[in-house]
Amino acid sequence: MRKKEILAMLLAGGQGSRLGVLTATKAKPAVTFGGKYRIIDFTLSNCVNSGIDTVGVLTQYQPLLLNQHIGIGIPWDLDRRSGGVTVLSPHVKGDSGEWYMGTANALFHNIDYIDNVDPEYIVVLSGDHIYKMDYSNMLSFHKDKKADATIAVLEVPMLEASRFGIMNCHDDSRIYEFEEKPPEPKSNLASMGIYIFTWEILREMLIKDSGVHRDSDFGKHIIPLMIAQSRSLYAYRFCGYWRDVGTIESYWSANMDLVQAVPEFNMYENFWQIYTDSFNQPPIYTGPGAETRTSLLADGCEVYGTVINSVLGTDVYVGEGTIIRDSIVMSNTFIGQNCEINRCVIDEHVSIGDHVKMGTGENVPNESKPRVYDCGITVVGTNSKIPSHVNIGKNCEIYGNTVHDNYNDDNCLPSGKSINLESEATI
Amino acid sequence: MNAVGIILAGGNNGRLGELTKTRAVSAIPVGSCFRCLDFPLSNLSNSGIGKVAVLAQYNARSLQDHLSSSKWWNFGSKYGGLFVFSPYLSDDNSFWFRGTADSIYQNITYLRRSREEYVIITSGDAVYKADFKELLRNHEQSGADVTIMYKDAEPGQDLREFGVLTVGENGDVLDLEEKPLEPQGSKISMGIYVIKRTLLMDLLSETVSEGNYDLVKDIFVRYRKMLKINGFRFDGYWKAIKSVKSYFDVNMDFLRADIRRLFTQEQPYIETKPKDEPPAKYNSQADVADCLVGAGSIISGNIFHSVLFRRVYVGDGSAVKDSVLMEGTRVGNNCVLENVILDKFVTISDGAKLVGDPQNPIIISKGTTV
Repeated sequence: MRKKEILAMLLAGGQGSRLGVLTATKAKPAVTFGGKYRIIDFTLSNCVNSGIDTVGVLTQYQPLLLNQHIGIGIPWDLDRRSGGVTVLSPHVKGDSGEWYMGTANALFHNIDYIDNVDPEYIVVLSGDHIYKMDYSNMLSFHKDKKADATIAVLEVPMLEASRFGIMNCHDDSRIYEFEEKPPEPKSNLASMGIYIFTWEILREMLIKDSGVHRDSDFGKHIIPLMIAQSRSLYAYRFCGYWRDVGTIESYWSANMDLVQAVPEFNMYENFWQIYTDSFNQPPIYTGPGAETRTSLLADGCEVYGTVINSVLGTDVYVGEGTIIRDSIVMSNTFIGQNCEINRCVIDEHVSIGDHVKMGTGENVPNESKPRVYDCGITVVGTNSKIPSHVNIGKNCEIYGNTVHDNYNDDNCLPSGKSINLESEATI
Repeated sequence: MNAVGIILAGGNNGRLGELTKTRAVSAIPVGSCFRCLDFPLSNLSNSGIGKVAVLAQYNARSLQDHLSSSKWWNFGSKYGGLFVFSPYLSDDNSFWFRGTADSIYQNITYLRRSREEYVIITSGDAVYKADFKELLRNHEQSGADVTIMYKDAEPGQDLREFGVLTVGENGDVLDLEEKPLEPQGSKISMGIYVIKRTLLMDLLSETVSEGNYDLVKDIFVRYRKMLKINGFRFDGYWKAIKSVKSYFDVNMDFLRADIRRLFTQEQPYIETKPKDEPPAKYNSQADVADCLVGAGSIISGNIFHSVLFRRVYVGDGSAVKDSVLMEGTRVGNNCVLENVILDKFVTISDGAKLVGDPQNPIIISKGTTV
């Protein structure tokens, strides 16, 4: 392989357990976002738009869908003779294999791959954020500062700073201290989990730290180690839209940001396109009685009902008389006639019958997963079925091919209850 | 499959007026997300043909742009692939393509270097989905020299733009008329032919050396009694884009669920060059009924019974009815459009009113501002 100046290593192995049933069969970066995209598309598009043509994608948790989606990288023009995209999963070495135990550990296991690319610099990214960023500007900054590591930071409100990893810097942006979720933060520069390293130095650090920590992590171990060694670390300030969509509520509201009249995150710019597996992009059909307002509808949708303040993925069918409000419906989902759907997130390939009411009743947190489902949003997992004439409350989790027997005698699933036929826990 | 494909995409058609001023008929956008050429190209690819030549001449730029990568139709392979031929200068030859036969003859090396037994020739100006495997099977079984795919004409249909066949009971073509004023037959030639590669090469050499250059008139019609020509009936949806009216109608046909699903949801798919447009956005005042809207569009106004391509913008208070709005068109606020075809990148200023006749829609040519 020809030598590359910069290689992107994209961490896409995380489960994202706070997205509940949405990540039951796929890693968080593979969850759909903004109608037709998957979360990883934003980072991958940033790479190619920044001129990076060699990307290693580190997968671990439920990689099947992610592998299919990335394929040989055609949607991002990453199908190249030299470079391109390589999916790197944990593998056996000698007579033992090891899982990726931490973010830096994942790179440590792929030193051979990186050496083969032989980059000058390496940019470490995570595949679960929504933002647009030109990494080439960050690389210029890294080179100007002759830095060993550059960390992208975002100014957050001081009151919220204690929820983030905070970089404390001198006036020239040189980092002298890193504090993970400090109770009394000294600065409001939060790490975005985007790092550029000079590979020669990172290589040394990875090897050194792997002997100490089995779960070697950039934030917890590598950055503190480099600060301790008085290496030159710089903070690169990013201004712009950036969202971590790690919870149901943040995922929902970041989607809803897109339906505003003038959304803060603009996907319609020609010079910074977001690429995804677009296929043949059939148009959207709205029937004679359809109503579609303040909504995003992706390719191939067929709508005969009403869609208000919602985001629909590709090839979603909405039957006559159905009203969808404040909801996210992902690709290839079928919704029958005369349903009422309020504040729901419905995953891909779901089939919903007729006269189904969802998101009704009071707002009580989910009984089995109160930390996941607490914002009134009901979530339906991928490939689920919901029979006709059922009534579903708020903060519910539904997963599997449900039939009337799974609901109570009034064909109801009260708020806060779950039906998860794919795991042990049901009602 | 044991055949190579040739798509005759060179033609222009005066009856399409402004729509083909800057593009070949086969490059005309249709059905919100396709170009006309996508249909024959996908049909060939989906039938297992791995080597296809597109013969371009008239305004080839738009075709070249669309075909800039062959991978979308699965032609990116070591053997075969997609060839785009336009006229070129050489020592012994510096002609434009003088006709369809001439266009193939000037690129006869393509045929000579192929190893497949048959050639399937198609036109580039029709919207349809066909399986050429069946066509080839029929051709081989019948023992014909040439097989022509045809469709029964509808009662009262104007046949002046078509080749017309008279087909006997066992499928043999008894007569072949090209664009007849008083047609004897009632079968429309779809412009799709199967012929043995070596036979085609012989016929082309002979015909062109005699100074005749048209595939239909000078080969198939002229040799119709000497060759065994068979017809193969096609029963599915097929419409050729021969006039502004037929172009308008084909687009409106995509509003029918059966037609739309045939081309966009049922396998094998019709492929096209993907453009990474975001989802369409419907703003708070949008009212869109019985409409197709392409990806990347932003809609604030009222739209009824219309076909919108990608990246169309329709402003507040505008009313669009029975119209075709191609990619990148921008309709301002408080406009009224009825029976209108807006070519690509047209801008309609605020408050403009354009009302055409259903039989004769108004065409606004590419890139203009009204």
